[in-house]
Amino acid sequence: MIQLEEVEKVYRTDKIETLALSRCNLQVREGEFIAVMGPSGSGKSTLLNLIGLLDEPTKGRIMLNGSAIASFRDKQLARLRNEYIGFIFQSFHLINDLSVVDNVEIPLLYRRMSNGERRRLALAALERVGLTSRVHHFPSQLSGGQQQRVAIARAIVGKPKVLLADEPTGNLDSHMGDEIMSILFDLNRNENTTVVMVTHDPRLGEMAGRIVRLFDGRQVN
Amino acid sequence: MLKNYLKIAIKVLLRRKFFTLISLFGISFTLVVLMLVSALLDHAFGPLPPEVRTDRTLGIYTVRMLLTNNFERTGPAPYWFLDRYVRTLATPERVSLYSTQRSVAAYVAGEKHSLFLKRTDGEFWNILDFQFLEGGPFTAADEREANFVAVINQATAELFFKGQPAVGRTIAVDGQRFRVAGVVPNVPIFRVTSFADVWVPLSTAKSNGYLRESTGSFLALLLARHPGDLPKIKEELQTTLARVEFPDAREYSRVITAAETLFESVARGLFGSDRDARNYAGYLLGLLLGLAVLFMLLPAINLINLNVSRILERASEIGVRKAFGASSGTLVGQFVVENVLLTLIGGAIGFVASLFLLNALTGSGLIQYAHFQMNYRIFLYGLAAALFFGLFSGVYPAWKMSRLHPVDALRGQSL
Repeated sequence: MIQLEEVEKVYRTDKIETLALSRCNLQVREGEFIAVMGPSGSGKSTLLNLIGLLDEPTKGRIMLNGSAIASFRDKQLARLRNEYIGFIFQSFHLINDLSVVDNVEIPLLYRRMSNGERRRLALAALERVGLTSRVHHFPSQLSGGQQQRVAIARAIVGKPKVLLADEPTGNLDSHMGDEIMSILFDLNRNENTTVVMVTHDPRLGEMAGRIVRLFDGRQVN
Repeated sequence: MLKNYLKIAIKVLLRRKFFTLISLFGISFTLVVLMLVSALLDHAFGPLPPEVRTDRTLGIYTVRMLLTNNFERTGPAPYWFLDRYVRTLATPERVSLYSTQRSVAAYVAGEKHSLFLKRTDGEFWNILDFQFLEGGPFTAADEREANFVAVINQATAELFFKGQPAVGRTIAVDGQRFRVAGVVPNVPIFRVTSFADVWVPLSTAKSNGYLRESTGSFLALLLARHPGDLPKIKEELQTTLARVEFPDAREYSRVITAAETLFESVARGLFGSDRDARNYAGYLLGLLLGLAVLFMLLPAINLINLNVSRILERASEIGVRKAFGASSGTLVGQFVVENVLLTLIGGAIGFVASLFLLNALTGSGLIQYAHFQMNYRIFLYGLAAALFFGLFSGVYPAWKMSRLHPVDALRGQSL
């Protein structure tokens, strides 16, 4: 469903050029659980951002369901991100001014639906991650594990085909990390959600269906 | 979506209370000042009883008399000039001559009071629309026969008669005794034409010297048959001025004046050259509008600055929203909603504060007999301008931030 062909990403500033990803070829198939591993600065997050249509490659092309995304405009990319992809970030990126349920509703705000339907789906997503008792709390009132579960609820509320998780357990202790992983594996196995997860943890990598290893911006497997 | 936007807008406004307060103060203060200034201008120039026929009334407020020795005199007109050359104009339906108001003494129960006295002819009461509380005006016949009759305002009636009927009773003002013919509501001191405490016939002046004096303290009021006649009246007066014969030709060489509205007269005083009877109302209007726009620009710039810093703080939120499907246009919309909300709250505060201040100013008696009212039309203009600036100040930083790359935004980087 997502294909990267000879993708290269260079970050340029006034003085230096940094090659973040070099000639990367990757096919993400429906229902896969892929772990992207590698040391810091190896290009893992860059790869995830490219897959998630948050960034554009400097060279090469990215195909989504057979169409090259380079031809898509801002509005089309926004719609694709909204319908196809759900993001889970290491630092949660919840909006502190909104309650848990309002945070979860965010992806649905950009779809045509009634307030009631939006609320119903958000509550269902929160139930899915076991947070029904915290719907009206604010992020600052939750533990790290709970915040990440809210972030997962937000990521899955729009029923995306692909979940992109950037070190989702990086800021959590091992017990909470395991809880989050079990939710991700469950979504993958039982709901056929494709998961691409960046992780440093070899133990989590072993649990994934496939590992993509990066080193200095290059694929090494 | 709007509900979510409003929720976050309120949260953001509450989070940065100090900035919010400054923004709200800027918007409401601007509106309050606009309201006060427009109320004052309305009071001086707008249609207000008894001057309700402003669309077909002109006046002669000042004349410039050029002297043969290259000096000049500027001020109210001499009586002979108005009587001979203005009263005889053919185009106006009615012409009234009246004096400037003069502060005179009146004694009530041995106590001295200062009142403003104005001497008028009978036509004065036909052109202005005074609503008599008691009795009626004096007439042209009263003026012709120099009858000692007076119209007094409500405050003077209260001063002399303490709530008792006034008509038919006598008052002593400026050493003369007048029989009260009628009582009218108080007219604010701003109304150059109609304001006074006591109005008496011109001919009751202590001497008839005013008929011949080369300088004077008289004004004229001209009522056109139709609003369309105003330019004809102006033109007729200018034609007439060319053939003015001075009682003392050795002293005077020329008279410059214009039939104009009070606003035009003020504008000519401000912008006109010494020998000019052109209409400068457009200049004054332009100046006032320019000042208003300049005055509104200040809070707008303040708002832009505050908005830029407020929105820059929210890079991460912008990144999240972009990641979950917000397009740049949607984000601009969100920030616009926030700014419109802020502006509307500021507008509401400005509205309430303006009402309060106008009432307080009326109640204070600072401006004699003034009764300030909210000018809703100006308030709506002010609010529309505030909304425009609110939108402008929100759209620009929002547009800049919406162009922020989502990856950079998620990292919390700003532009």
